Amino acid sequence: MTGPAMIFDKPNSYIGQPTPRADAARLLAGRGRFVDDLQLPRMVHAAFYRSPYAHAKINGIDVTEARAAPGVVAVYTGAELSKHVTPYVGVLSHLAGLRSAPQHPLAVDAARWQGEPLVMVIAQTRAQAEDACELIDPDLEELPAVVDSETALDAETPVLHSEFDSNLAWERTVDVGDIDSAFAAPGVTVVERQFRFGRHTGVTLESRGTVCDYDPSEEQLTVYYSGQAPHMMQVIYSKHLGIAEENVRVISNDVGGSFGIKIHTYGDEIAAGVAAKLLNRPVKFIADRLESFMTDIHARDHVVTAKMGISEQGTIVGIDFDDLTGIGPFSMYPRTSAIECNQVLNLTGAPYAMENYRAKGRVVFQNKTLMCQYRAVGHPIAMAIADCLLEDCARSIGMDPVDVRRKNLMADDSYPRNSTSGMKLDDLSHQKALEKLTEIMDYKGLRDDQEAKRKAGVYRGIGFVSMVEVTNPSPMFYGIGGAPIASQDGATVRLDAGGALHISSSITEQGQGTNAILGQIAAGVFGVDIERVKVSTGDTKTVPYGGGTWASRGAGIGGEAMLQAAHALKEQVLEVAGVLLQTPVEALDIKNGCVVDAGTDNERMPLADLARTVYYRGNELPSDLKPELIATRHYRVSDFPFVFTNGAMAAHVEVDIETGFVKVLHFWAVEDCGRVINPMLVDEQVRGGVVQGIGGALYEECLYSPEGQLMNATMADYIVPMAAEMPEITVAHIETPTKTSVLGAKGAGEAGTGGAPAAIMNAVNDALSPLGKSIWQMPMTPERVLQVINRN
Amino acid sequence: MKAPDFDYARPSSLQEALALLAAGEGGAQPLAGGQSLMPMLNFRISTPEMLVDLSGLPELRGLEQTPQGLRIGAMTRYCELEAFPDLAKIQPLVAAALPHIAHDAIRNRGTIGGSVALADPAAEMPAILLALGAVISLDGPNGPRDVAADDYFLGYYETACEPDELITSILLPKIEPGDSFGFHELVQRHGDYAMAGVAIRSSGIAPLAGLRIGFFGVADRALRVTALEDALNGTDGTDIAGALSHLSEIDFQGDTKITAETRAHYAGVALKRALKEMLT
Ligand SMILES: Cc1cc2nc3c(=O)[nH]c(=O)nc-3n(C[C@H](O)[C@H](O)[C@H](O)COP(=O)(O)OP(=O)(O)OC[C@H]3O[C@@H](n4cnc5c(N)ncnc54)[C@H](O)[C@@H]3O)c2cc1C
Repeated sequence: MTGPAMIFDKPNSYIGQPTPRADAARLLAGRGRFVDDLQLPRMVHAAFYRSPYAHAKINGIDVTEARAAPGVVAVYTGAELSKHVTPYVGVLSHLAGLRSAPQHPLAVDAARWQGEPLVMVIAQTRAQAEDACELIDPDLEELPAVVDSETALDAETPVLHSEFDSNLAWERTVDVGDIDSAFAAPGVTVVERQFRFGRHTGVTLESRGTVCDYDPSEEQLTVYYSGQAPHMMQVIYSKHLGIAEENVRVISNDVGGSFGIKIHTYGDEIAAGVAAKLLNRPVKFIADRLESFMTDIHARDHVVTAKMGISEQGTIVGIDFDDLTGIGPFSMYPRTSAIECNQVLNLTGAPYAMENYRAKGRVVFQNKTLMCQYRAVGHPIAMAIADCLLEDCARSIGMDPVDVRRKNLMADDSYPRNSTSGMKLDDLSHQKALEKLTEIMDYKGLRDDQEAKRKAGVYRGIGFVSMVEVTNPSPMFYGIGGAPIASQDGATVRLDAGGALHISSSITEQGQGTNAILGQIAAGVFGVDIERVKVSTGDTKTVPYGGGTWASRGAGIGGEAMLQAAHALKEQVLEVAGVLLQTPVEALDIKNGCVVDAGTDNERMPLADLARTVYYRGNELPSDLKPELIATRHYRVSDFPFVFTNGAMAAHVEVDIETGFVKVLHFWAVEDCGRVINPMLVDEQVRGGVVQGIGGALYEECLYSPEGQLMNATMADYIVPMAAEMPEITVAHIETPTKTSVLGAKGAGEAGTGGAPAAIMNAVNDALSPLGKSIWQMPMTPERVLQVINRN
Repeated sequence: MKAPDFDYARPSSLQEALALLAAGEGGAQPLAGGQSLMPMLNFRISTPEMLVDLSGLPELRGLEQTPQGLRIGAMTRYCELEAFPDLAKIQPLVAAALPHIAHDAIRNRGTIGGSVALADPAAEMPAILLALGAVISLDGPNGPRDVAADDYFLGYYETACEPDELITSILLPKIEPGDSFGFHELVQRHGDYAMAGVAIRSSGIAPLAGLRIGFFGVADRALRVTALEDALNGTDGTDIAGALSHLSEIDFQGDTKITAETRAHYAGVALKRALKEMLT
């Protein structure tokens, strides 16, 4: 990749600096603009009557009393609403064989999970809408529910969709080398384990919500959306409500966390759009916490039987596994619910050089909340399969787990190359990351401490993970399969008369600091003080067209587009400056808002003077000079399907063997996300990700009764990690910029979530190893740990 | 998650409040700190016609050391109790337990009376009252009465306080020289309701004597197991295996987090750890 390579070394570059984020003060001052803050004239409120059963036939729903209730403006059943909105099917053509049934925003004939919206009530207040929901009289016939994914494919299990012959949604097999012979070879030790990964969900601080506002005079639908992909939502509202795409405007102001939860098509949000169009007035829907637990997508829910073989010398000969995952009754639209399983098949063992690999994945329908992409899609499963088996192998042959990794990690100088599963890899640094990790954690010291503590009856464990993370996806992720999801992003940089930059981008901000790094890149590359950069994102009407922020793509793709746009604007401005100052362009530069002499930094002309000349006194310019003080650039990843990053992490835990309680004492993460744009933001992304990973490993699980009732849909019962229990998290970096861009940034947002669970599981099993016990189920709740300790 | 409509009254005297409760004929419910009641209203689990806000009743206020012990007005907030001078000397068990009850934000509003009235089986305060032999003062249509903690906690969210009665105050008897206290709870996260916990008072430690052990987070209510206390009285508390067999008297409950069996084990662990801490 060619480009302005010098930009990172400039004295006024903000790239690489821990620049405070511009929006922090506003948010702290309570000036956030979240969806629920919005009050529009004539706005009404939606509440939903949701299925109390996991599976039921809808014989009819009597809404007469609800319609007559105080404050009620309208009531729509699924059957009524379906006249105004087309159903959707969550399949993608590149996931060959994936099938799902048409899904309606409000269920029409059958309810297929507890919490599925059946009726929408619109009233003057949310409380009135909820009152009216209580008056709805449904005739529902409860049907047997398919809850357990492990029996979903059994012949005696009811089939959820009559158009299909079974509850299988998708399956895929990867078979490389000859795993059976490799395992049968002399001297090879094979370990086999069954892993269970519980369902969990994102628990965003700001719940899902929307305000949909329809103006019939312009046939314009404006959707205020708490989410990550405004342009995708624009297409979806347009397509299914029958409104021209250009007449749908999607606005994402502040978003209070998303983690992948708010990037899907939710019936309640679509229904709010339909109601706005039918009523010609704004409709607000804000999911309450109960609705969030019941209807936000869940993730994980995998049962994996896996084997790894290792030679006497510690060489991994291969991995063989079978992944079964339950996705709820439909594949989520439009990203589908097969991606997580696909990622598991693609990513397992990707850090290691091995010859043989066989992976089978099956995705099944069941009567639970829909499962889909949540932070670090598939990664925690893939990393746990390979790295927990690796440490199991290490124990079996009596080798140190770090030494086994040293022996098997792909060499830092061996790229570009493919993973055994066929993923294209480049610019990775597993070896450097592992060495740095063992150094910063004082590995030897911890092992000495562990031995001493064991003698005193204290069970401490150290666990590792070497991981890859999929970031910066190319069109191969979704676009190729027919999803209306842009893989490229755009950035616009405009110089105003006062010398300030207005920048806009199609990537979005959900609290991670997207806007801050866009400002840093533009200010640094162009050459103005960051205070003079104003950032706009999250409005389909005003920003360039693009994919938004997900799959750790914001900085890598949107950031590169911004870099290119800022650089282009700089060249345009210098061309004008060269004419005005009668100086060759190569002899000029822009620094701190001034055109300067390159090399000496001698100030020649403030940008404001230049811009005012162009905008106000064009008469002073030669008539053939047509300055453009605005530049737009777009960027996509083209030569690779994804840009992989890598990291090495370690956990130090103490297991109370009398109770099964696990205390995480310390966590270390060495992350290589390529160029670090803002170390403060990257470190917090890694830490937040680690905490979410610890949540998945130790705390969080959506628990269902055998009838398919979600039993812990409150913050008191579904427990998320809290600050008091979180360990010190030490973050360090290796910077191997990706060659696919000038910026060189890869993603960093999902590493912690993807890697931490495996490291924690390894640490727990290391702690339990003197007892000859081990656990293979997440979350590793105290009771589960205790049960394995007590098991004979 | 919005509460259905209800009437709201904020009486300024105990008599007025009791009259409102009586007139409500079961449809009126007292509101203290709201930390438990408001979620129940929003979940529509509790649907009272009227809330009688107790925050304006002078009779339910006050927190003072009397010759009999520490008298805690029902509307005393956890945070006020935490800030009471020398609490760790006057009532060491309470001082030890308070930081484990929820979080600052909840302790800033939640009241002692509210906790005792609600009688959540996993709440700390009821077990502490049992351990300390506290007395709960009630007032109602038939006049004031005092109920010993031992007679107060009857079942799952069920207490001796009638729907038309109010808790006015709680008396924690003065501690005696030589009294010792132990407290331990098992929680996955600090501030959560316990998976099992104990609050202990003993009038001696070598040997243990006059033990009162309140268990919480184990069954349908906070409770004591007197046979277990008897088995420990007179011992030095280091070998408790035999005494633990009396835990079988408890009807341990399972929930989404743990089974009844694990809970029974945890109750024994909590007791062992509390005693150990108390004795060292
Ligand atoms: C996140 C969270 C965590 C929590 N964790 C814990 C914990 O770890 N341990 C714990 O013990 N508690 C915990 N709680 C509960 C908290 O302590 C409650 O505040 C307390 O149990 C009730 O006190 P309140 O003043 O808020 O009562 P309210 O919620 O106002 O009332 C509770 C009930 O008592 C009745 N009532 C209140 N006062 C009187 C009175 N004087 N006479 C008769 N009836 C009355 C009300 O009618 C209502 O039924 C937690 C709460 C939350 C929200």
